[in-house]
Amino acid sequence: MKRGGYIMADKLFVKDHDVVVPGEELAEGLDYLPAGKAFRDGEKIFAATIGLVSVKGHVLKVIPLAGKYMPRRGDVVIAKVTGIGHSGWTLDINSPYMADLNIGEASSEYIDTNRHEMSEYFDIDDYVLCEVITISDAKFVKLTAKFRPYRRLSPGNIIEVSPTKIPRIIGKQGSMINTIKDYSKCEISVGQNGWIWISGEPEQQARVARVIKMIEKEAHKQGLTDRVKNMMEGK
Amino acid sequence: MAAQIKPYLAALLQKKLREEGRGLNDYRKIEVEINPLASSAGSARVKIGSTEVLVGVKLDVGEPFPDTPNEGVLIGNAELVPMASPDFEPGPPKPESIEIARVIDRGIRESHAIDMQKMVIKEGEKVWMVNFDVYPINHDGNLLDAGALGAIIALMNARFPKYDEKAGRVKYTELTKEKLPMTEIPIMTTFGKLSGTIFVDPTKREGDVMDTRLSITTLESEKASSMQKGGFGTFTKDDVLQMFDLAVEKGKELRKLLKQATSKA
Repeated sequence: MKRGGYIMADKLFVKDHDVVVPGEELAEGLDYLPAGKAFRDGEKIFAATIGLVSVKGHVLKVIPLAGKYMPRRGDVVIAKVTGIGHSGWTLDINSPYMADLNIGEASSEYIDTNRHEMSEYFDIDDYVLCEVITISDAKFVKLTAKFRPYRRLSPGNIIEVSPTKIPRIIGKQGSMINTIKDYSKCEISVGQNGWIWISGEPEQQARVARVIKMIEKEAHKQGLTDRVKNMMEGK
Repeated sequence: MAAQIKPYLAALLQKKLREEGRGLNDYRKIEVEINPLASSAGSARVKIGSTEVLVGVKLDVGEPFPDTPNEGVLIGNAELVPMASPDFEPGPPKPESIEIARVIDRGIRESHAIDMQKMVIKEGEKVWMVNFDVYPINHDGNLLDAGALGAIIALMNARFPKYDEKAGRVKYTELTKEKLPMTEIPIMTTFGKLSGTIFVDPTKREGDVMDTRLSITTLESEKASSMQKGGFGTFTKDDVLQMFDLAVEKGKELRKLLKQATSKA
């Protein structure tokens, strides 16, 4: 291959679904594009974290196996109210950074603080389904709960899973989570930050939690949908 | 999270179900490892589900208490390190860790599991002192039962270090073959109560929302050597009698498991 006068050999050192460790060399040459937790240094591509390799065409991606939730704009998260201020709430989003929910973003209606207590909307320890709207350079995270389906979550089961396993729990176009919803008749909200809210019949709530924990544990394996179906049928 | 999941857990328990799929009166899976620590006189690692504790025993020679000149000394301690749970913070001992240490200590002391009169070297002057330390490694509820089980296993498998009487020094790393004079196997069983339902072996989630708890230490003779109630809720007389019978039953179960583990080691 000739590029810019140099003779280049494009080499790929890993296969799809390989497990890689930080610093592992994944490819050489300019044919591949790093994505996810892969990065380029000169003509080589390395892994930045422990993870699974995904090779799609020329895109070389490392999907991390573990890690904290890092907020991104547009993420739907489940947040826990930790403080009430004059003009908004402080929330824990299971991340190194705290998040703010401004009073103007809390409801589609106007909130008159002279007539209503802030805690009538969101009280300490309440869980809120909301969306990340902005993250500043200093990592100040701002949330919104203005529109449906964003709201205060009613009592139910809250479970915590590794945020890196969330895509597997949701599945392709929501296939996995919809399978679980169909079988269990439970209402489920999955936050990108690793918190999952389940509401429904108590026995089903517990079963859904067990199934999700199983998916989290076996996320790297294939053929999970069938196992999920079996578990949901009670086999 | 407690307030959010309380109604769900209460409803689940009302139906005699648990989150992991076990029954109301079942323990989670218990795993026991004997003497995992090479540098202690005796040690044990106990796992109940994902709760994990490490217990170490140290034997030392010291002066007896003035009121019991013809008895050895037993001292229990528990250290809730931040490694075990984000709820634990570094610093001086908090009420929870003192409670764990004292309840485990009391269960062993009041059962007279160690024949303390055989621990005397010279009456009124020198006796063996038994120290055990409970270190939770992972906290997923019921540290009391895990710690108590670990403590009794560590004590049963502890061996005396060599003691140089002339120099008055204990050689901690050189162990003899002599074991502690054990007479009993006290077993602690902890019950939780949430919205009127009583259950064995509360997980951390259940422990965070339950109204009250009761820990009963039972002996082979079907007697109780100690009890401890925690939390603000209440028990009826029938509750307590029912729990006592269950504690005896669970004690037998755990004692069997413990003997199996000891015979393998």
